[in-house]
Amino acid sequence: MSEAMIKLGVPSKGRLMEKTFDWFAQAGITLKRTGSEREYAGAVEGAEGVQLVLLSAGEIPRELAAGRIHLGVTGSDLVREKLADWESQVADLAPMGFGHADLIIAVPACWSDVDSLEDLDAAAHRFRATHGFRLRIATKYHRLVREFLTREGVADWQLVDSQGATEGTIANLTAEAVADITSSGETLRANHLKILSDGLIHQSQATLFASRAADWSGQESRLAGLAQQLGLPAPTL
Amino acid sequence: MADKAQARGQAGRLLELFLAAGAVEVTPDILQPAEALLDLYGEDIRARAYVTADPLRGEMMLRPDFTVPVVQEHMANGAEPARYAYAGEVFRRQDHRGAARAHEYFQAGFEIFDRADPEAADAEVFALFAGLLAKLTLSATIGDMGLLRAAVDGLDTLPERKAALARHIWRPKRFQHLLARYSGQVEVPKARADLLTGQRSGAPWIGLRSREEMEARIATLAADAAAAPIPTDAVAAMGKLAELRCAADQAPAALRALNIAAIEPAIARLEKRLDALATRGIDLSAITFDASHGRSTMEYYDGFVFTFTAADPALPPVASGGRYDALTRQLGQGREIPAVGGVIRAGLMSDLEAQA
Repeated sequence: MSEAMIKLGVPSKGRLMEKTFDWFAQAGITLKRTGSEREYAGAVEGAEGVQLVLLSAGEIPRELAAGRIHLGVTGSDLVREKLADWESQVADLAPMGFGHADLIIAVPACWSDVDSLEDLDAAAHRFRATHGFRLRIATKYHRLVREFLTREGVADWQLVDSQGATEGTIANLTAEAVADITSSGETLRANHLKILSDGLIHQSQATLFASRAADWSGQESRLAGLAQQLGLPAPTL
Repeated sequence: MADKAQARGQAGRLLELFLAAGAVEVTPDILQPAEALLDLYGEDIRARAYVTADPLRGEMMLRPDFTVPVVQEHMANGAEPARYAYAGEVFRRQDHRGAARAHEYFQAGFEIFDRADPEAADAEVFALFAGLLAKLTLSATIGDMGLLRAAVDGLDTLPERKAALARHIWRPKRFQHLLARYSGQVEVPKARADLLTGQRSGAPWIGLRSREEMEARIATLAADAAAAPIPTDAVAAMGKLAELRCAADQAPAALRALNIAAIEPAIARLEKRLDALATRGIDLSAITFDASHGRSTMEYYDGFVFTFTAADPALPPVASGGRYDALTRQLGQGREIPAVGGVIRAGLMSDLEAQA
């Protein structure tokens, strides 16, 4: 391909991909997969000079940070978790109104004395004195959880990495609390956990981001036109 | 910006001057066992230090500062009294950009372990640093974490409340929240009220924390609910203390005007320290006293604290330090010794000298 294009990274499968396609369709831009079901190739109709790049949602923050794609759709939680100083690396262009999920802190529902971060902090202090180690919080969102608990002045906790089945770690005695994404709370309830009343760390949704590292030279007017088509203010990058 | 050779040269010159001031050189390893640092700082240190793994020694960290290994070495082998100096790189992981966010830089430091006269030792360190930095136009700020600690200790309330407040002196947001709770300024949440009327969850018990641990905490909460609130004037006085900022020579009078009887011994120590500084030729009217200095950034200091800063607010302090008696207790396995010290950022000092 000789002509420079604006590369738009979109989740390559599932509801996130379908909802993203719907969102762009409302602005008259048709995104579609081409080729076979297993081939991650795509096409764009209704917007000049935009190239569709299908990627795993989890890789989109990294690709934006590296400037290998100009625009990308992914969860706001993933960008905040994976990119240090995220606002200096990407611009938040538009919340897209789907893919909602809350990153929360949950503890065993049987802990009647723990309802808030104040309680968690006090329980963690006693836990450390009793058991000789800090209260363990299982999560894969290390940066977001650490920043949140530090900002809130909670002490005597440690993070343990959990990349899946996080809700089960407490019953398995590998953690005392969890920090995880939930939308309905059903998995938490099924595992006898409850959300702290002030334990909401981040309300995530699918968001259109622009890379600050990508090469935008010669693309400025095209980006402004695209923003206008999407009903967004012209981004400053 | 000073290049690495300049910064190293500057650190070496500072080390020589510290040795001439009576210190013995210590040379801690760059790779430090992560466990002691994690135990001390908690999870926070992971965001600030580089962690790596050693197949035989487990989790290691690239030295984020010298103080902890110097204290460990003294507690293991040191004779008293002792003066130590060091120079070398420290490594800091950075999650944000900016001029103050160096990933590795040279520090030169000086530490005194001496029980005889802590205030004289405080003044010795400060005056030594002030002399070395005299050519630069820096502003010096001092504080004393002992004042807030004494004010907390002097509150007429449950020991559990005082312990909780003392634990959070370095986390002002949580400290204020607890103070508001203990003085009845925030309403008791419904969940807490229900708990104290005996309501319990019917959920099955899971996890390592036991039912007995929960009941023990509920008993503490019940005693807390039955206790009188901390009087609002005591809370207001604490607030005024935390906000106090004035010229250092005015500090004792300004502190006494707060009428907090419990801090009188701490004020007397501050006066003794100020006298010792004046004897060493320090102009106290040119130093700022800030009662909350270092409160959220210099966590292991529990007494005298100081910084020397350049006019540009984007720059980190050129030098900082303080007293860390509690740290020696924590790392001393039953032993402790009063200790005070500080570090100079050698590269930054070179930069400022080049501009001066």
